[in-house]
Amino acid sequence: MMLPLGAPALPLDEAGKYVAGAYVVFVVLLVVYVAIMAMKLQRIERELREVAEIAEGNKGSQAAPGREAEEAAPRV
Amino acid sequence: MYGKGLKPLSIATVAMIALALSLVFFYAPLDGDQGFIQKIFYLHVPLAMTALVGFIVGGVFAIAHLRTDNRKWDAYSYVAIHISVIFGVAVLITGAIWAKASWGHWWVWNEPTLVSFLIVFLMYATYYPFRYAIEDRDRQARYASVFAITAGAFVPLNFMAVRMAQSLVHPRVFATSNGGLPGEMLVVFLCCLVAMALLWMTLVKFELTAKSASGQVKRLRRALDAPASTGTSRIAPEVS
Repeated sequence: MMLPLGAPALPLDEAGKYVAGAYVVFVVLLVVYVAIMAMKLQRIERELREVAEIAEGNKGSQAAPGREAEEAAPRV
Repeated sequence: MYGKGLKPLSIATVAMIALALSLVFFYAPLDGDQGFIQKIFYLHVPLAMTALVGFIVGGVFAIAHLRTDNRKWDAYSYVAIHISVIFGVAVLITGAIWAKASWGHWWVWNEPTLVSFLIVFLMYATYYPFRYAIEDRDRQARYASVFAITAGAFVPLNFMAVRMAQSLVHPRVFATSNGGLPGEMLVVFLCCLVAMALLWMTLVKFELTAKSASGQVKRLRRALDAPASTGTSRIAPEVS
């Protein structure tokens, strides 16, 4: 790859701001990406909870006639 | 399935980034010309190289998709390009900061390396509207694969064109004669490159896992809403 040339070295106090800026930009981008992924994960979790509730509801409605029959049966 | 191995990969990535940053600030010698500002090089160049290789990898996955017609490869291709575009944003911003510190300008239009990377980035920025303009999922995947292959082939051609162009501003870092990196700097640079490559792989795996989980929840919901019309099993995550 390549390096920019033809410029005198900046003093440390001035160069430090730019170096810190570049590394902070990288970290901020990473944090923003992770935050977006965290929100997506929360949405998936919410959807999974809803699906589980639907599945439990279906299971309950299927199990109900069986329970009625069991309750109606004479106890020995 | 996609999440397998994500934990050790994440740990290795964090460890490698920590090692690379330590080497950059405590081991790598100061550059004679640039001084401390040259530390941006260890972030900017590995990010650029990883992004460019990521675009090519996206094209390779797209070839696999067209050859096998397996949607899994389309998802891989999409995610590889997506993460590379994010890396591309970081490359452009860190490059602009470096340019401002070194040249006094945020952007230099007559510098082939900068402009060529911007062209590649803008080309891949059109991937999203191009992809989502097509509603039919099979056609969408096919057309996106053709785009990924064409654009992926353009990346090395573009790189070679820039290498062949003579610029007075950018000397070659990996050149055998002038402008080669000294040993200590090269070691640090290679560590940074491995760290960025690992980060790219981790993010790709993370994104694929999330997409796979989201797709499976949607499938489950569809199956529960219409139990009679249960579809065929699809392993690939839905790209949406």
